[in-house]
Amino acid sequence: MQPLTSRAKAVDRKPMTMWEKMYLPAIAKGMSITFGHMFKKKPTVNYPEKQRPFSPVFRGLHVLNRDEQGRERCTACGLCAVACPAEAITMEAAERLPGEENLYREEKYAAKYEINMLRCIFCGLCEEACPKDAIYLSETFAPSNYTRKGFIYGKDELLIPDPVTQPEEYAKAKGQRH
Amino acid sequence: MHLTLLAFDWALLLEKAVLILIIISVSLLVAMYETWGERKVAAFMQDRRGPNRAGPGGILQPLADGLKLFMKEEIVPLSSSRFLFVLGPGLAMLTAMMTSAVVPWSSHFHLWGRDISMQIADVNIGILYIFGVVSMGVYGIMIGGWASNNKFSLLAAIRGASQIISYELAMGLSIIALLMISGSLSLRTIVEQQQAHYYYVLVQPLGFLIFLICAFAECNRTPFDLSEAESELNMGYHLEYSSMKLGFYLFAEYVNMFVSSAVMATLYWGGYDIPFVNDATLAQHIGQNPVAILQIVSLFAKIIIFIFFFMWVRWTIPRFRYDQLMKLGWHVLIPLALFNMLATGAIVLWRG
Repeated sequence: MQPLTSRAKAVDRKPMTMWEKMYLPAIAKGMSITFGHMFKKKPTVNYPEKQRPFSPVFRGLHVLNRDEQGRERCTACGLCAVACPAEAITMEAAERLPGEENLYREEKYAAKYEINMLRCIFCGLCEEACPKDAIYLSETFAPSNYTRKGFIYGKDELLIPDPVTQPEEYAKAKGQRH
Repeated sequence: MHLTLLAFDWALLLEKAVLILIIISVSLLVAMYETWGERKVAAFMQDRRGPNRAGPGGILQPLADGLKLFMKEEIVPLSSSRFLFVLGPGLAMLTAMMTSAVVPWSSHFHLWGRDISMQIADVNIGILYIFGVVSMGVYGIMIGGWASNNKFSLLAAIRGASQIISYELAMGLSIIALLMISGSLSLRTIVEQQQAHYYYVLVQPLGFLIFLICAFAECNRTPFDLSEAESELNMGYHLEYSSMKLGFYLFAEYVNMFVSSAVMATLYWGGYDIPFVNDATLAQHIGQNPVAILQIVSLFAKIIIFIFFFMWVRWTIPRFRYDQLMKLGWHVLIPLALFNMLATGAIVLWRG
């Protein structure tokens, strides 16, 4: 019969030779292989102490961005929520009051901004949709949690630290991007 | 009456009691670190790191494992026969520990004007004693498997028993060849002969190989772990056991491994003899006590090499099929051992 693929290989059903029946040579060969593996480099990364670097295009947890003066960039236009295929983003807009110009960059801002990390598929479409560069995906992934509620991230979790008052934390949260 | 009590050598009693205590604790300690070593060796052979969280290099892992076993719920199945169920692991542990009584761990220490022998009992039928105790070891498996009242456990018990009976024959025959050369059943005499002449592995390579294979089978180690085949019997005879009763079974296996390594080293590899050195002349130079310590170190180095070998084989060779196991035992090892015995006998006779 014509074999269906070029990779087909007939099973060898020849009776074992005396040398093969002795088993011991084959066992010695196997043992030399396992012994050789004792000195091989271990691919394991000791996770909490050592972390593998993320790729620069990795899409992890979201960050709500601030501008150089520490004002929130988000204007609550809702384009991210519309773009989101998983419908993970909800927000409530509010109007900036006089005297809050140092807090919010635009006249309208997000009073409430929530992302459900269990729904989020980390596609990055929100980042693409945002006209104000207010949201981007960072290089960290969502940590585990005991409740579903814990995965709904509000503004306090999402907002990047203020670059004016907390420059170190800001630099750390910003990472290698932008 | 009073005088006979006083005439008794009380120091000897004390000496032996202390020695028994030390040897039992050392065997348990070694067994503890064998579990750690096993996991490390397995990991390294599979390009992993092994336990490395508890203490530096995972050195406290056995303690954590032991604590875990102690904290587990102790379950005795309702349908089990309770007495036998508890007896099983105890018996396994007892027989594992008993074998170490006749192994000479070193020549002797000279302390407080006494020669303190590093052997619990120098019985003149040492090897027979070991055989007796080792063949009792199967009762731990048998009783455990039977008392569990579980079909898998029973199957495992039957497998274990038939395997040990089959391999004990070949083991005994391979030992007979050794005894024909040594002319003594006392382990100390055998070691002293090897010190004076040559290691018996040089004249009995085939006998040693057979003994080694049978020791694997007696210890229920891979490739002969038919009685606890995880994939077939779901843990086998200790399927129903939990908590420290399970720990006893697992521990007994490691103690068995330690003791059989010690016996192999004693019978074929010179026991406590320091290789390439004449122990008696060394003792004249640096004194008896340092030499005795060196001898212990030497024996333990041999034991550790054997234990590593046990693990190495375990993580290399897959388990035998049951019919292959029986075939290897009855069709290969026993004829080979018989041939070895006859050949040795002929040579001993020929050389007069």
